[in-house]
Amino acid sequence: MTSPLVIDARNISKSYGKGSSTFHALKDVTLQVAPGESVAIVGKSGSGKSTLMHIIALLDTPDSGSLSFNGRDALALPPKKASELRNKEFGFVFQQFFLTPETSVMDNVTLPLKIAGVSPRARRERALAVLRQFELEDKAASNANDLSGGQKQRVVISRALINEPTVIFADEPTGNLDSATGAIVEDTLFQLNRDRGITLVIVTHDEDLAARCDRQVFIRDGVVVPSGAGVAAA
Amino acid sequence: MKATDLVGSAARNTLRSKLRTTLTVLALFIGAFTLTLTTAVGAGVTDYVTKQVASLGADDVFIVTRTAGDTTEGPRAYDPKTSSASSATGGPALPGAGQSDPMTEADLEKLAGISGIFRVDPVQAVAVDFVQYNGGGQFELSVNPTSSITRADLLAGAQLSESSGTRELVLPADYVDALGFADAQDAVGAVVPLGITDVLGARHQVDGTVVGISQESLLPSGGGANPAMVSALAEAQSAGIDTGPARYPLAVAYFDPALSSAQVSDLQESVAAAGFGVQTIQDQLGVIKTVIDGIIGVLNAFAIVALVAAAFGIVNTLLMSVQERTREIGLMKAMGMRAGKIFALFSLEAAFIGFLGSLIGVAAAVLAGSALNAALSAGPLSSLPGLNILLFEPGAIMGIMLLIMAIAFISGTLPASRAARKNPIDSLRYE
Repeated sequence: MTSPLVIDARNISKSYGKGSSTFHALKDVTLQVAPGESVAIVGKSGSGKSTLMHIIALLDTPDSGSLSFNGRDALALPPKKASELRNKEFGFVFQQFFLTPETSVMDNVTLPLKIAGVSPRARRERALAVLRQFELEDKAASNANDLSGGQKQRVVISRALINEPTVIFADEPTGNLDSATGAIVEDTLFQLNRDRGITLVIVTHDEDLAARCDRQVFIRDGVVVPSGAGVAAA
Repeated sequence: MKATDLVGSAARNTLRSKLRTTLTVLALFIGAFTLTLTTAVGAGVTDYVTKQVASLGADDVFIVTRTAGDTTEGPRAYDPKTSSASSATGGPALPGAGQSDPMTEADLEKLAGISGIFRVDPVQAVAVDFVQYNGGGQFELSVNPTSSITRADLLAGAQLSESSGTRELVLPADYVDALGFADAQDAVGAVVPLGITDVLGARHQVDGTVVGISQESLLPSGGGANPAMVSALAEAQSAGIDTGPARYPLAVAYFDPALSSAQVSDLQESVAAAGFGVQTIQDQLGVIKTVIDGIIGVLNAFAIVALVAAAFGIVNTLLMSVQERTREIGLMKAMGMRAGKIFALFSLEAAFIGFLGSLIGVAAAVLAGSALNAALSAGPLSSLPGLNILLFEPGAIMGIMLLIMAIAFISGTLPASRAARKNPIDSLRYE
């Protein structure tokens, strides 16, 4: 491979619990993602797909294995550096939106920049620019709760984009949306992947969504399996 | 996250759940309100007592008497130079004066010889019969001969001058009407005669200028006269007859006002060791102050109990808040917020609740207290002019607010550390 991998996870294992009740969420999983690639991690619920995403997004630590981000050993990073990395390089899109209630769209979208310590003025400008792309500019002052499902997920994508990330991790991004709005959100994500070269890692059990990605990684019972046969949700 | 953003976010988060914040703030409000009022009562009463203390004597003097225990065994031999007749009845009521032997010139010399004592002024006892103005009615007046070392709580005019050759008087406020003056200001500058009977029974009048009118007080100290006035009265009283060795009921000993209180007590001991009874003005009012401090302490304890209860309210409120906002915390952590900042955010939310509670409580207490003060001064406490039962001191109010914010902050640390310890994965999965 000519360009270094964005994510290079090798022989990742993770288990929960002790003794006879030990649950092996991941067993010796290897996953490599090249820059600008879109990868779908597909599996049933409980297959370990979310755990894998959490580990490669540095939200969780594996019991064994190695993980590097842009060629740097991500597991060796001190907590402060790991936090910085998540703040600067990653964008997150979650199924349940995770918008802060009773708070304006503007405040929700600017949260990553606020955490990064960007000045209020620069935060506002960036947020308005991002919201403009999604035709949500007029909603900036609205309460995040008052938006429709599709609008909420676009706010979430705006939030994920505001720090101009290298990778967007999307965990069932269309899971809570009807198919029409879900399609719009999918289009948005793939457009970002295409136009800006943002690497996409999508965790899903939706085969249609997975099929739109460059590559699919199927997981069953914590192990990567060769094909999707009987892996995706029936 | 920048500090300003942390504070701003904390304030906004607090205002997000209005009812819960209001109820928590209410608990702190009660504590702040009570503590402000009790502290103000303490300050008000202490201020009043301090003024009374000042009206009874300066800080750099001892009131010195001869202790009765001075005598050797058996009757003492008579010495015309030093011996003086003991008075069984005692002199006029003087601050610091116990029932004691009069002091003689020899005593004064001995006293002045003690190192640390700058100067000794004997106090001449004078028994004034009456005071009169402009041919009006005659009223009894007791003159406090040590009044020139005191600072009267003045209603009008100026303090007595110790060094002035002019004969000066300070009259208590209730003489203003009785003597026929229009008001206190009118009395200042008036020349009034004092009637005095000499040792031979002849009546004399000595004129004095009223320089000040003193507030009626809890601890009446009578009229005041400066040394010029007192010696004029004493001269008139003695009728020019040598009444034997000079004798004084007490003496005023001056020391360096810069002495620390420990040095003052050392000096006090050395004077006492020389056979004198010695008191500072503070000694006499110390008991009263102790009682007041005790009462205020009990009242403050009630306020603190209210605050401790409120502190548990904060812990509870924030624990609920942390539980409710688990996903928000998880999200912030996922987006790179460090645990330390999460801790700071929740602690600041607690401090902000404390700030709100204390601000509103203190403001309400000042408003209510000022109204109460006006009502009390006009009504039940009108007989004690100069007493503001509630005295709000900016320093004390700031102190109360800081204390409450500190209590709130400390209460917030438990929920805040719980929030900071949350695992982002578990938080994000939390439904």
